[in-house]
Amino acid sequence: MTRFTTVYGAGPGHLLLLVAGFAVAGYAALLLLDDPSALRILVWFVGVALVHDVVLFPLYSAVDRALTTVSGRLRRHGRIPIVNHVRLPLLASGLTLLVFLPGIIRQGEETHLAATGFDQQPYATAWLLLVAVFAGTSALVYVLRSAHAALTGDR
Amino acid sequence: MTETGTAPPPRGARPPGPRFRSPIRGPWLTAVLGVVLLVGLPVVAVTGLLDYVAYGPGQQIPGDVGLLRPPGIVFPSDPPWLFRLTQGVHVGLGLVLIPVVLAKLWSVLPALFVFPPVRSVAHLLERLSLLLLVGSILFESVTGILNIQYDYVFGFSFYTAHYLGAWVFMAAFAVHVVLKLPAAVRALRSRSLRAELRTPLSRTRPEETGGDLVAERPAEPTMSRRGALAVVGGGSLLIAALTVGQTVEPLRPLAFLLPRGRVPDGPPGNDFPINRTAAAAGIDRSAVDPEVWRLELAGGPAPVVLDRARLLDGGAELPLHTATLPLACVEGWSAVRTWTGVRLRDLAALAGVPTPASAVVTSFDPGGFGRAAVPGARVLHPDSLLALRVDGHDLSLDHGFPARIITPSTPGVHCTKWVRSIEFRRV
Repeated sequence: MTRFTTVYGAGPGHLLLLVAGFAVAGYAALLLLDDPSALRILVWFVGVALVHDVVLFPLYSAVDRALTTVSGRLRRHGRIPIVNHVRLPLLASGLTLLVFLPGIIRQGEETHLAATGFDQQPYATAWLLLVAVFAGTSALVYVLRSAHAALTGDR
Repeated sequence: MTETGTAPPPRGARPPGPRFRSPIRGPWLTAVLGVVLLVGLPVVAVTGLLDYVAYGPGQQIPGDVGLLRPPGIVFPSDPPWLFRLTQGVHVGLGLVLIPVVLAKLWSVLPALFVFPPVRSVAHLLERLSLLLLVGSILFESVTGILNIQYDYVFGFSFYTAHYLGAWVFMAAFAVHVVLKLPAAVRALRSRSLRAELRTPLSRTRPEETGGDLVAERPAEPTMSRRGALAVVGGGSLLIAALTVGQTVEPLRPLAFLLPRGRVPDGPPGNDFPINRTAAAAGIDRSAVDPEVWRLELAGGPAPVVLDRARLLDGGAELPLHTATLPLACVEGWSAVRTWTGVRLRDLAALAGVPTPASAVVTSFDPGGFGRAAVPGARVLHPDSLLALRVDGHDLSLDHGFPARIITPSTPGVHCTKWVRSIEFRRV
Protein backbone atom coordinates (compact mmCIF):
# COMPACT_ATOMS: atom_id res chain seq x y z
CA MET A 1 0.00 0.00 0.00
CA THR A 2 1.40 3.37 -0.92
CA ARG A 3 1.54 6.22 1.53
CA PHE A 4 -1.22 8.03 -0.43
CA THR A 5 -3.58 5.09 -0.23
CA THR A 6 -2.91 4.71 3.50
CA VAL A 7 -3.73 8.33 4.25
CA TYR A 8 -6.57 8.81 1.78
CA GLY A 9 -8.22 5.40 1.89
CA ALA A 10 -8.23 4.66 -1.85
CA GLY A 11 -6.09 5.09 -4.94
CA PRO A 12 -5.29 8.46 -6.57
CA GLY A 13 -7.71 7.70 -9.43
CA HIS A 14 -10.55 7.67 -6.90
CA LEU A 15 -9.65 11.15 -5.66
CA LEU A 16 -9.25 12.49 -9.19
CA LEU A 17 -12.66 11.18 -10.23
CA LEU A 18 -14.44 12.61 -7.20
CA VAL A 19 -12.73 15.99 -7.55
CA ALA A 20 -13.84 16.12 -11.22
CA GLY A 21 -17.42 15.29 -10.20
CA PHE A 22 -17.44 17.94 -7.46
CA ALA A 23 -15.94 20.48 -9.89
CA VAL A 24 -18.87 20.13 -12.30
CA ALA A 25 -21.42 20.31 -9.47
CA GLY A 26 -19.58 23.28 -7.93
CA TYR A 27 -19.49 25.07 -11.28
CA ALA A 28 -23.26 24.57 -11.68
CA ALA A 29 -23.70 26.04 -8.18
CA LEU A 30 -21.45 29.00 -9.07
CA LEU A 31 -23.75 29.88 -11.98
CA LEU A 32 -26.48 30.39 -9.39
CA LEU A 33 -24.51 32.90 -7.31
CA ASP A 34 -26.34 35.91 -8.75
CA ASP A 35 -29.71 34.18 -8.65
CA PRO A 36 -31.87 35.53 -5.80
CA SER A 37 -33.52 32.11 -5.44
CA ALA A 38 -30.20 30.21 -5.09
CA LEU A 39 -30.81 29.45 -1.42
CA ARG A 40 -34.30 28.14 -2.15
CA ILE A 41 -32.90 25.82 -4.81
CA LEU A 42 -30.27 24.52 -2.36
CA VAL A 43 -32.93 23.95 0.32
CA TRP A 44 -35.06 21.96 -2.15
CA PHE A 45 -32.03 20.01 -3.38
CA VAL A 46 -31.02 18.84 0.10
CA GLY A 47 -34.64 18.81 1.29
CA VAL A 48 -35.91 16.22 -1.18
CA ALA A 49 -33.10 13.80 -0.24
CA LEU A 50 -33.80 14.34 3.48
CA VAL A 51 -37.56 13.93 3.04
CA HIS A 52 -36.95 10.67 1.20
CA ASP A 53 -34.45 9.28 3.72
CA VAL A 54 -35.97 10.40 7.01
CA VAL A 55 -39.70 10.67 6.24
CA LEU A 56 -40.77 8.61 3.24
CA PHE A 57 -38.49 5.62 3.78
CA PRO A 58 -39.16 5.16 7.53
CA LEU A 59 -42.87 5.66 6.88
CA TYR A 60 -43.25 2.98 4.24
CA SER A 61 -40.87 0.63 6.08
CA ALA A 62 -42.93 0.97 9.27
CA VAL A 63 -46.17 0.34 7.38
CA ASP A 64 -44.63 -2.69 5.69
CA ARG A 65 -43.29 -4.08 8.95
CA ALA A 66 -46.69 -3.69 10.61
CA LEU A 67 -48.24 -5.39 7.61
CA THR A 68 -45.89 -8.39 7.64
CA THR A 69 -46.28 -8.78 11.41
CA VAL A 70 -50.07 -8.75 11.27
CA SER A 71 -50.24 -11.03 8.25
CA GLY A 72 -47.73 -13.42 9.85
CA ARG A 73 -50.16 -13.81 12.76
CA LEU A 74 -53.14 -14.24 10.45
CA ARG A 75 -51.21 -16.83 8.47
CA ARG A 76 -51.74 -19.49 11.15
CA HIS A 77 -55.48 -19.34 10.56
CA GLY A 78 -55.75 -18.78 6.83
CA ARG A 79 -54.32 -20.78 3.95
CA ILE A 80 -53.25 -18.09 1.49
CA PRO A 81 -50.92 -15.37 2.88
CA ILE A 82 -52.65 -12.02 2.65
CA VAL A 83 -49.55 -9.80 2.87
CA ASN A 84 -49.02 -9.13 -0.84
CA HIS A 85 -52.73 -8.62 -1.41
CA VAL A 86 -52.51 -5.61 0.91
CA ARG A 87 -48.98 -4.56 -0.07
CA LEU A 88 -49.56 -4.30 -3.80
CA PRO A 89 -52.63 -2.02 -3.78
CA LEU A 90 -50.91 0.08 -1.09
CA LEU A 91 -47.77 0.43 -3.23
CA ALA A 92 -49.76 1.28 -6.36
CA SER A 93 -51.86 3.83 -4.46
CA GLY A 94 -48.77 5.36 -2.87
CA LEU A 95 -46.90 5.57 -6.17
CA THR A 96 -49.79 7.24 -8.00
CA LEU A 97 -50.34 9.60 -5.06
CA LEU A 98 -46.66 10.57 -5.13
CA VAL A 99 -46.51 11.23 -8.87
CA PHE A 100 -49.88 12.91 -9.30
CA LEU A 101 -50.05 14.71 -5.94
CA PRO A 102 -50.37 18.32 -7.23
CA GLY A 103 -53.64 17.60 -9.02
CA ILE A 104 -55.03 15.36 -6.28
CA ILE A 105 -54.53 17.96 -3.54
CA ARG A 106 -55.38 20.82 -5.94
CA GLN A 107 -52.06 22.55 -5.67
CA GLY A 108 -51.21 25.28 -8.18
CA GLU A 109 -54.85 25.66 -9.21
CA GLU A 110 -54.48 29.15 -10.69
CA THR A 111 -51.56 28.27 -12.98
CA HIS A 112 -53.28 25.05 -13.98
CA LEU A 113 -56.41 26.98 -14.94
CA ALA A 114 -54.44 29.57 -16.92
CA ALA A 115 -52.49 26.87 -18.74
CA THR A 116 -55.31 24.50 -19.58
CA GLY A 117 -58.65 26.21 -19.06
CA PHE A 118 -59.60 23.47 -16.56
CA ASP A 119 -59.80 23.38 -12.77
CA GLN A 120 -58.31 20.50 -10.76
CA GLN A 121 -61.59 19.28 -9.34
CA PRO A 122 -61.76 15.79 -10.97
CA TYR A 123 -58.32 14.48 -9.96
CA ALA A 124 -59.00 13.57 -6.31
CA THR A 125 -62.13 11.61 -7.22
CA ALA A 126 -60.34 9.91 -10.12
CA TRP A 127 -57.47 8.90 -7.84
CA LEU A 128 -59.82 7.53 -5.16
CA LEU A 129 -61.58 5.47 -7.83
CA LEU A 130 -58.20 4.15 -8.96
CA VAL A 131 -57.39 3.18 -5.35
CA ALA A 132 -60.74 1.40 -5.14
CA VAL A 133 -59.92 -0.50 -8.35
CA PHE A 134 -56.50 -1.54 -6.96
CA ALA A 135 -58.01 -2.71 -3.65
CA GLY A 136 -61.00 -4.37 -5.29
CA THR A 137 -58.91 -6.28 -7.83
CA SER A 138 -56.50 -7.46 -5.16
CA ALA A 139 -59.35 -8.58 -2.88
CA LEU A 140 -61.03 -10.41 -5.74
CA VAL A 141 -57.83 -12.27 -6.62
CA TYR A 142 -57.41 -13.18 -2.94
CA VAL A 143 -60.93 -14.60 -2.75
CA LEU A 144 -60.39 -16.59 -5.97
CA ARG A 145 -57.04 -17.95 -4.74
CA SER A 146 -58.57 -18.92 -1.38
CA ALA A 147 -61.50 -20.63 -3.08
CA HIS A 148 -59.15 -22.50 -5.39
CA ALA A 149 -57.00 -23.59 -2.47
CA ALA A 150 -60.04 -24.76 -0.49
CA LEU A 151 -61.36 -26.76 -3.45
CA THR A 152 -58.11 -28.46 -4.35
CA GLY A 153 -56.89 -28.78 -0.80
CA ASP A 154 -53.49 -27.17 -1.64
CA ARG A 155 -51.89 -24.37 0.14
CA MET B 1 -9.03 0.43 9.35
CA THR B 2 -6.81 1.27 12.30
CA GLU B 3 -4.42 3.08 9.95
CA THR B 4 -7.01 5.79 9.43
CA GLY B 5 -7.31 6.23 13.18
CA THR B 6 -10.85 4.87 13.48
CA ALA B 7 -11.25 2.20 16.12
CA PRO B 8 -13.40 -0.79 15.15
CA PRO B 9 -16.71 -1.10 17.04
CA PRO B 10 -16.32 -3.08 20.27
CA ARG B 11 -17.16 -6.76 19.93
CA GLY B 12 -20.83 -7.45 20.46
CA ALA B 13 -21.87 -3.81 20.28
CA ARG B 14 -24.74 -3.15 17.91
CA PRO B 15 -24.10 -0.31 15.49
CA PRO B 16 -26.58 2.53 15.96
CA GLY B 17 -29.32 3.10 13.43
CA PRO B 18 -32.22 1.10 12.09
CA ARG B 19 -32.05 -2.67 11.65
CA PHE B 20 -32.68 -3.84 8.13
CA ARG B 21 -34.39 -7.21 7.85
CA SER B 22 -35.38 -7.71 4.22
CA PRO B 23 -34.21 -11.15 3.05
CA ILE B 24 -34.14 -10.18 -0.64
CA ARG B 25 -32.12 -7.01 -0.35
CA GLY B 26 -28.59 -7.54 -1.59
CA PRO B 27 -25.98 -6.64 -4.20
CA TRP B 28 -27.61 -8.71 -6.95
CA LEU B 29 -31.01 -7.03 -6.70
CA THR B 30 -29.32 -3.62 -6.40
CA ALA B 31 -27.22 -4.32 -9.50
CA VAL B 32 -30.23 -5.41 -11.56
CA LEU B 33 -32.07 -2.19 -10.70
CA GLY B 34 -28.82 -0.30 -11.33
CA VAL B 35 -28.49 -1.70 -14.85
CA VAL B 36 -32.01 -0.52 -15.72
CA LEU B 37 -31.09 2.98 -14.55
CA LEU B 38 -27.69 2.81 -16.26
CA VAL B 39 -29.50 2.37 -19.57
CA GLY B 40 -32.52 4.58 -18.89
CA LEU B 41 -31.22 7.66 -17.08
CA PRO B 42 -28.66 8.69 -19.74
CA VAL B 43 -31.51 8.62 -22.29
CA VAL B 44 -33.54 10.94 -20.04
CA ALA B 45 -30.52 13.25 -19.62
CA VAL B 46 -29.64 13.40 -23.32
CA THR B 47 -33.23 14.00 -24.47
CA GLY B 48 -33.46 16.73 -21.83
CA LEU B 49 -30.36 18.42 -23.25
CA LEU B 50 -31.81 18.09 -26.76
CA ASP B 51 -34.99 19.81 -25.58
CA TYR B 52 -32.81 22.64 -24.31
CA VAL B 53 -31.08 22.81 -27.71
CA ALA B 54 -34.46 22.82 -29.47
CA TYR B 55 -35.31 26.21 -27.96
CA GLY B 56 -32.81 27.57 -30.46
CA PRO B 57 -29.84 29.90 -30.27
CA GLY B 58 -30.47 32.95 -28.13
CA GLN B 59 -33.75 31.54 -26.78
CA GLN B 60 -32.53 28.82 -24.45
CA ILE B 61 -33.53 29.00 -20.79
CA PRO B 62 -31.41 29.47 -18.76
CA GLY B 63 -29.44 31.57 -21.22
CA ASP B 64 -26.10 31.99 -19.51
CA VAL B 65 -24.82 28.57 -18.52
CA GLY B 66 -21.11 29.13 -19.10
CA LEU B 67 -19.42 25.89 -20.05
CA LEU B 68 -22.44 23.76 -19.18
CA ARG B 69 -23.96 23.78 -22.63
CA PRO B 70 -24.42 20.97 -25.11
CA PRO B 71 -22.16 21.13 -28.18
CA GLY B 72 -23.23 23.79 -30.68
CA ILE B 73 -25.64 21.71 -32.69
CA VAL B 74 -28.66 23.29 -34.37
CA PHE B 75 -31.88 21.39 -33.71
CA PRO B 76 -33.07 20.19 -37.15
CA SER B 77 -36.54 20.76 -38.61
CA ASP B 78 -36.54 17.32 -40.17
CA PRO B 79 -37.89 14.88 -39.29
CA PRO B 80 -40.81 17.09 -38.17
CA TRP B 81 -41.55 14.76 -35.24
CA LEU B 82 -38.03 14.98 -33.78
CA PHE B 83 -38.90 17.40 -30.98
CA ARG B 84 -42.08 15.47 -30.27
CA LEU B 85 -39.91 12.39 -29.80
CA THR B 86 -37.25 13.99 -27.59
CA GLN B 87 -39.70 15.75 -25.25
CA GLY B 88 -41.98 12.71 -25.11
CA VAL B 89 -39.11 10.38 -24.23
CA HIS B 90 -37.63 12.84 -21.72
CA VAL B 91 -40.86 13.31 -19.76
CA GLY B 92 -42.35 9.84 -20.33
CA LEU B 93 -39.22 7.81 -19.56
CA GLY B 94 -38.38 10.13 -16.66
CA LEU B 95 -41.75 9.31 -15.07
CA VAL B 96 -41.60 5.60 -15.91
CA LEU B 97 -38.21 5.26 -14.18
CA ILE B 98 -39.48 6.73 -10.88
CA PRO B 99 -40.48 3.31 -9.44
CA VAL B 100 -37.04 1.97 -10.39
CA VAL B 101 -35.29 4.93 -8.76
CA LEU B 102 -37.33 4.47 -5.56
CA ALA B 103 -36.65 0.72 -5.55
CA LYS B 104 -32.93 1.35 -6.06
CA LEU B 105 -32.89 3.80 -3.15
CA TRP B 106 -34.74 1.23 -1.01
CA SER B 107 -32.23 -1.43 -1.97
CA VAL B 108 -29.17 0.60 -0.95
CA LEU B 109 -30.53 2.41 2.08
CA PRO B 110 -28.70 0.23 4.66
CA ALA B 111 -25.44 1.65 3.25
CA LEU B 112 -26.53 5.07 4.51
CA PHE B 113 -26.41 3.81 8.10
CA VAL B 114 -23.06 2.00 8.00
CA PHE B 115 -20.97 1.95 11.13
CA PRO B 116 -18.65 3.75 11.56
CA PRO B 117 -20.26 6.43 9.38
CA VAL B 118 -16.93 7.59 7.98
CA ARG B 119 -14.07 5.16 7.43
CA SER B 120 -11.59 7.36 5.56
CA VAL B 121 -11.26 10.57 3.56
CA ALA B 122 -12.10 8.57 0.43
CA HIS B 123 -15.23 7.19 2.10
CA LEU B 124 -16.31 10.67 3.24
CA LEU B 125 -15.92 12.11 -0.28
CA GLU B 126 -17.79 9.18 -1.74
CA ARG B 127 -20.66 9.73 0.68
CA LEU B 128 -20.78 13.41 -0.28
CA SER B 129 -20.94 12.47 -3.95
CA LEU B 130 -23.83 10.13 -3.11
CA LEU B 131 -25.67 13.03 -1.49
CA LEU B 132 -25.26 14.89 -4.79
CA LEU B 133 -26.48 11.84 -6.72
CA VAL B 134 -29.54 11.17 -4.57
CA GLY B 135 -30.28 14.88 -4.13
CA SER B 136 -30.08 15.56 -7.85
CA ILE B 137 -32.10 12.57 -9.07
CA LEU B 138 -34.88 13.34 -6.58
CA PHE B 139 -34.65 17.09 -7.29
CA GLU B 140 -34.95 16.51 -11.04
CA SER B 141 -37.86 14.10 -10.54
CA VAL B 142 -39.74 16.37 -8.15
CA THR B 143 -39.29 19.59 -10.16
CA GLY B 144 -40.21 17.74 -13.37
CA ILE B 145 -43.32 16.20 -11.80
CA LEU B 146 -44.43 19.58 -10.46
CA ASN B 147 -43.75 21.33 -13.78
CA ILE B 148 -45.84 18.99 -15.92
CA GLN B 149 -48.73 19.58 -13.51
CA TYR B 150 -48.28 23.38 -13.48
CA ASP B 151 -47.53 23.45 -9.75
CA TYR B 152 -44.81 26.05 -9.10
CA VAL B 153 -44.85 25.70 -5.30
CA PHE B 154 -41.02 25.72 -5.21
CA GLY B 155 -40.83 29.41 -6.10
CA PHE B 156 -37.73 29.39 -8.33
CA SER B 157 -37.26 29.23 -12.08
CA PHE B 158 -38.06 25.69 -13.13
CA TYR B 159 -35.88 25.95 -16.22
CA THR B 160 -32.78 27.20 -14.38
CA ALA B 161 -33.03 24.77 -11.48
CA HIS B 162 -33.92 21.73 -13.59
CA TYR B 163 -31.16 22.45 -16.12
CA LEU B 164 -28.37 23.05 -13.59
CA GLY B 165 -29.65 20.17 -11.44
CA ALA B 166 -29.31 17.95 -14.50
CA TRP B 167 -25.59 18.76 -14.75
CA VAL B 168 -25.08 17.98 -11.07
CA PHE B 169 -26.89 14.71 -11.72
CA MET B 170 -24.83 13.86 -14.81
CA ALA B 171 -21.57 14.50 -12.93
CA ALA B 172 -22.60 12.52 -9.83
CA PHE B 173 -24.03 9.72 -11.99
CA ALA B 174 -20.79 9.39 -14.00
CA VAL B 175 -18.74 9.22 -10.78
CA HIS B 176 -21.10 6.63 -9.33
CA VAL B 177 -21.01 4.45 -12.45
CA VAL B 178 -17.20 4.44 -12.61
CA LEU B 179 -16.91 3.61 -8.90
CA LYS B 180 -19.62 0.96 -8.75
CA LEU B 181 -19.51 -0.75 -12.12
CA PRO B 182 -16.97 -3.42 -11.06
CA ALA B 183 -19.02 -4.30 -7.98
CA ALA B 184 -22.21 -4.34 -10.05
CA VAL B 185 -20.67 -6.70 -12.62
CA ARG B 186 -19.47 -8.99 -9.80
CA ALA B 187 -22.94 -8.93 -8.24
CA LEU B 188 -24.66 -9.69 -11.54
CA ARG B 189 -22.36 -12.67 -12.06
CA SER B 190 -23.09 -13.98 -8.56
CA ARG B 191 -26.59 -15.16 -9.57
CA SER B 192 -28.20 -16.12 -12.83
CA LEU B 193 -31.10 -13.90 -13.82
CA ARG B 194 -32.74 -16.81 -15.58
CA ALA B 195 -32.51 -19.00 -12.46
CA GLU B 196 -33.73 -16.15 -10.29
CA LEU B 197 -36.80 -15.70 -12.48
CA ARG B 198 -37.61 -19.37 -11.89
CA THR B 199 -37.20 -19.18 -8.10
CA PRO B 200 -40.53 -19.07 -6.24
CA LEU B 201 -41.05 -17.61 -2.78
CA SER B 202 -40.66 -21.01 -1.11
CA ARG B 203 -37.05 -21.29 -2.36
CA THR B 204 -36.10 -17.61 -1.86
CA ARG B 205 -33.01 -17.24 0.37
CA PRO B 206 -30.88 -14.22 1.29
CA GLU B 207 -27.83 -13.50 -0.87
CA GLU B 208 -24.67 -15.17 0.38
CA THR B 209 -22.33 -12.17 0.42
CA GLY B 210 -22.90 -8.49 0.24
CA GLY B 211 -21.48 -6.44 3.08
CA ASP B 212 -23.84 -3.74 4.22
CA LEU B 213 -26.80 -4.65 2.05
CA VAL B 214 -27.50 -8.20 3.20
CA ALA B 215 -29.45 -8.37 6.47
CA GLU B 216 -27.63 -9.85 9.47
CA ARG B 217 -30.82 -11.38 10.81
CA PRO B 218 -33.13 -11.61 7.80
CA ALA B 219 -36.87 -11.90 8.28
CA GLU B 220 -38.93 -14.68 6.72
CA PRO B 221 -39.35 -13.84 3.00
CA THR B 222 -42.80 -12.63 1.97
CA MET B 223 -41.87 -11.96 -1.65
CA SER B 224 -39.46 -13.61 -4.07
CA ARG B 225 -36.84 -11.61 -5.98
CA ARG B 226 -38.73 -12.16 -9.21
CA GLY B 227 -41.85 -10.94 -7.40
CA ALA B 228 -40.02 -7.78 -6.30
CA LEU B 229 -38.79 -7.15 -9.85
CA ALA B 230 -42.34 -7.70 -11.13
CA VAL B 231 -43.66 -5.19 -8.59
CA VAL B 232 -41.14 -2.54 -9.73
CA GLY B 233 -41.83 -3.28 -13.40
CA GLY B 234 -45.56 -3.21 -12.72
CA GLY B 235 -45.17 0.21 -11.08
CA SER B 236 -43.39 1.46 -14.20
CA LEU B 237 -46.10 0.01 -16.45
CA LEU B 238 -48.77 1.66 -14.30
CA ILE B 239 -47.09 5.07 -14.64
CA ALA B 240 -46.63 4.45 -18.38
CA ALA B 241 -50.32 3.64 -18.79
CA LEU B 242 -51.36 6.79 -16.90
CA THR B 243 -48.95 8.96 -18.95
CA VAL B 244 -48.96 7.70 -22.54
CA GLY B 245 -52.30 9.40 -23.23
CA GLN B 246 -50.48 12.73 -23.19
CA THR B 247 -48.97 11.76 -26.54
CA VAL B 248 -51.04 8.97 -28.09
CA GLU B 249 -54.32 10.60 -29.06
CA PRO B 250 -56.70 7.60 -28.84
CA LEU B 251 -55.37 6.87 -25.33
CA ARG B 252 -55.77 10.49 -24.15
CA PRO B 253 -58.52 9.60 -21.58
CA LEU B 254 -56.08 7.21 -19.85
CA ALA B 255 -54.04 10.21 -18.64
CA PHE B 256 -56.93 11.15 -16.36
CA LEU B 257 -54.65 12.18 -13.49
CA LEU B 258 -52.67 14.62 -15.66
CA PRO B 259 -53.77 17.97 -17.08
CA ARG B 260 -53.10 16.66 -20.59
CA GLY B 261 -55.62 13.84 -20.31
CA ARG B 262 -58.32 16.44 -20.91
CA VAL B 263 -59.07 18.35 -24.07
CA PRO B 264 -61.19 21.47 -24.36
CA ASP B 265 -64.65 21.17 -25.92
CA GLY B 266 -64.12 24.23 -28.07
CA PRO B 267 -65.21 24.69 -31.68
CA PRO B 268 -64.77 21.78 -34.15
CA GLY B 269 -61.19 20.80 -34.93
CA ASN B 270 -59.86 22.55 -31.82
CA ASP B 271 -60.05 19.61 -29.43
CA PHE B 272 -56.39 19.51 -28.41
CA PRO B 273 -54.60 20.84 -25.33
CA ILE B 274 -54.15 24.55 -24.73
CA ASN B 275 -51.04 25.69 -22.89
CA ARG B 276 -52.16 29.26 -22.28
CA THR B 277 -55.74 30.42 -22.60
CA ALA B 278 -56.57 33.73 -24.28
CA ALA B 279 -57.98 34.91 -20.97
CA ALA B 280 -54.76 34.05 -19.11
CA ALA B 281 -52.68 35.77 -21.79
CA GLY B 282 -54.87 38.87 -21.48
CA ILE B 283 -55.79 38.93 -25.17
CA ASP B 284 -57.94 41.92 -26.06
CA ARG B 285 -60.84 40.48 -28.08
CA SER B 286 -61.33 43.69 -30.06
CA ALA B 287 -57.70 43.59 -31.27
CA VAL B 288 -58.13 40.09 -32.72
CA ASP B 289 -61.52 40.75 -34.27
CA PRO B 290 -61.11 39.55 -37.89
CA GLU B 291 -62.49 42.88 -39.17
CA VAL B 292 -59.90 44.86 -37.26
CA TRP B 293 -56.90 42.51 -37.10
CA ARG B 294 -54.01 43.13 -39.49
CA LEU B 295 -50.73 41.22 -39.89
CA GLU B 296 -47.67 43.42 -40.22
CA LEU B 297 -44.63 42.15 -42.10
CA ALA B 298 -41.47 44.13 -41.39
CA GLY B 299 -37.80 43.94 -42.33
CA GLY B 300 -38.16 44.63 -46.06
CA PRO B 301 -37.86 47.90 -47.97
CA ALA B 302 -41.37 48.90 -46.82
CA PRO B 303 -43.75 47.37 -44.25
CA VAL B 304 -46.49 45.15 -45.67
CA VAL B 305 -49.92 44.97 -44.02
CA LEU B 306 -52.30 42.07 -44.69
CA ASP B 307 -55.80 41.32 -43.44
CA ARG B 308 -57.22 37.87 -42.81
CA ALA B 309 -59.23 37.83 -46.06
CA ARG B 310 -56.06 38.46 -48.06
CA LEU B 311 -54.23 35.67 -46.19
CA LEU B 312 -57.07 33.23 -46.87
CA ASP B 313 -57.26 34.17 -50.55
CA GLY B 314 -53.83 35.46 -51.44
CA GLY B 315 -53.81 34.13 -55.01
CA ALA B 316 -50.65 32.87 -56.70
CA GLU B 317 -48.42 35.10 -54.57
CA LEU B 318 -49.64 33.70 -51.26
CA PRO B 319 -51.18 30.25 -51.84
CA LEU B 320 -52.75 28.32 -48.97
CA HIS B 321 -50.71 25.33 -47.86
CA THR B 322 -51.74 22.39 -45.70
CA ALA B 323 -49.33 20.38 -43.54
CA THR B 324 -49.79 17.70 -40.89
CA LEU B 325 -47.50 18.59 -38.00
CA PRO B 326 -47.30 17.81 -34.31
CA LEU B 327 -47.76 20.49 -31.70
CA ALA B 328 -45.43 19.29 -28.93
CA CYS B 329 -44.77 20.82 -25.53
CA VAL B 330 -41.66 20.38 -23.42
CA GLU B 331 -44.08 19.62 -20.57
CA GLY B 332 -44.59 16.20 -22.09
CA TRP B 333 -47.70 16.29 -24.26
CA SER B 334 -48.23 16.44 -28.01
CA ALA B 335 -51.02 16.37 -30.59
CA VAL B 336 -50.80 15.92 -34.35
CA ARG B 337 -53.10 18.13 -36.41
CA THR B 338 -53.54 19.21 -40.03
CA TRP B 339 -52.86 22.92 -40.32
CA THR B 340 -53.77 25.24 -43.16
CA GLY B 341 -52.27 28.66 -43.70
CA VAL B 342 -49.63 30.52 -45.65
CA ARG B 343 -45.99 29.55 -45.81
CA LEU B 344 -43.56 31.66 -43.84
CA ARG B 345 -41.23 31.66 -46.85
CA ASP B 346 -43.97 33.16 -49.06
CA LEU B 347 -44.55 35.86 -46.44
CA ALA B 348 -40.79 36.52 -46.36
CA ALA B 349 -40.71 36.89 -50.15
CA LEU B 350 -43.73 39.23 -50.02
CA ALA B 351 -42.00 41.32 -47.36
CA GLY B 352 -38.95 41.60 -49.63
CA VAL B 353 -36.60 39.39 -47.59
CA PRO B 354 -36.68 36.08 -49.50
CA THR B 355 -33.81 34.47 -47.56
CA PRO B 356 -34.01 35.82 -44.00
CA ALA B 357 -31.55 34.87 -41.27
CA SER B 358 -34.49 34.69 -38.87
CA ALA B 359 -38.08 35.80 -38.39
CA VAL B 360 -39.07 37.49 -35.14
CA VAL B 361 -42.72 36.81 -34.40
CA THR B 362 -44.59 39.13 -32.03
CA SER B 363 -47.90 38.21 -30.43
CA PHE B 364 -50.73 40.17 -28.83
CA ASP B 365 -49.74 38.17 -25.72
CA PRO B 366 -47.60 40.57 -23.67
CA GLY B 367 -46.10 37.64 -21.66
CA GLY B 368 -42.58 36.26 -21.81
CA PHE B 369 -43.34 33.90 -24.69
CA GLY B 370 -45.17 36.55 -26.73
CA ARG B 371 -42.09 36.98 -28.89
CA ALA B 372 -40.03 34.24 -30.53
CA ALA B 373 -37.42 33.99 -33.26
CA VAL B 374 -37.79 31.36 -35.99
CA PRO B 375 -34.33 30.45 -37.40
CA GLY B 376 -33.84 31.17 -41.11
CA ALA B 377 -33.63 27.53 -42.20
CA ARG B 378 -36.93 26.88 -40.48
CA VAL B 379 -38.59 29.93 -42.09
CA LEU B 380 -37.68 28.46 -45.48
CA HIS B 381 -38.98 24.96 -44.66
CA PRO B 382 -41.90 24.20 -47.02
CA ASP B 383 -44.16 23.18 -44.12
CA SER B 384 -43.49 26.20 -41.88
CA LEU B 385 -46.78 28.02 -41.65
CA LEU B 386 -48.63 30.98 -40.38
CA ALA B 387 -51.65 28.78 -39.64
CA LEU B 388 -55.20 30.08 -39.95
CA ARG B 389 -57.09 26.82 -39.76
CA VAL B 390 -56.74 23.47 -38.02
CA ASP B 391 -58.37 20.28 -39.30
CA GLY B 392 -60.38 22.42 -41.72
CA HIS B 393 -61.80 24.81 -39.11
CA ASP B 394 -60.81 28.29 -38.00
CA LEU B 395 -58.46 28.32 -35.04
CA SER B 396 -60.31 28.91 -31.77
CA LEU B 397 -59.39 31.99 -29.77
CA ASP B 398 -57.57 29.82 -27.19
CA HIS B 399 -55.54 28.22 -29.99
CA GLY B 400 -54.38 31.57 -31.33
CA PHE B 401 -57.08 33.00 -33.63
CA PRO B 402 -56.69 34.85 -36.01
CA ALA B 403 -53.29 33.26 -36.82
CA ARG B 404 -50.53 31.26 -35.16
CA ILE B 405 -47.13 29.91 -36.10
CA ILE B 406 -46.68 26.17 -36.64
CA THR B 407 -43.31 24.86 -37.76
CA PRO B 408 -41.79 21.36 -37.89
CA SER B 409 -39.90 19.98 -34.90
CA THR B 410 -40.39 23.07 -32.73
CA PRO B 411 -41.16 23.45 -29.02
CA GLY B 412 -44.85 24.35 -28.70
CA VAL B 413 -43.97 27.53 -26.84
CA HIS B 414 -42.37 28.89 -30.03
CA CYS B 415 -45.48 28.15 -32.09
CA THR B 416 -46.60 31.67 -31.24
CA LYS B 417 -50.35 32.33 -31.03
CA TRP B 418 -52.31 35.56 -31.72
CA VAL B 419 -49.63 36.75 -34.14
CA ARG B 420 -49.44 40.51 -34.51
CA SER B 421 -46.34 41.00 -36.66
CA ILE B 422 -43.42 39.17 -38.24
CA GLU B 423 -40.08 40.86 -38.76
CA PHE B 424 -37.77 39.16 -41.25
CA ARG B 425 -34.15 39.82 -40.37
CA ARG B 426 -31.24 39.64 -42.78
CA VAL B 427 -28.59 39.07 -40.11
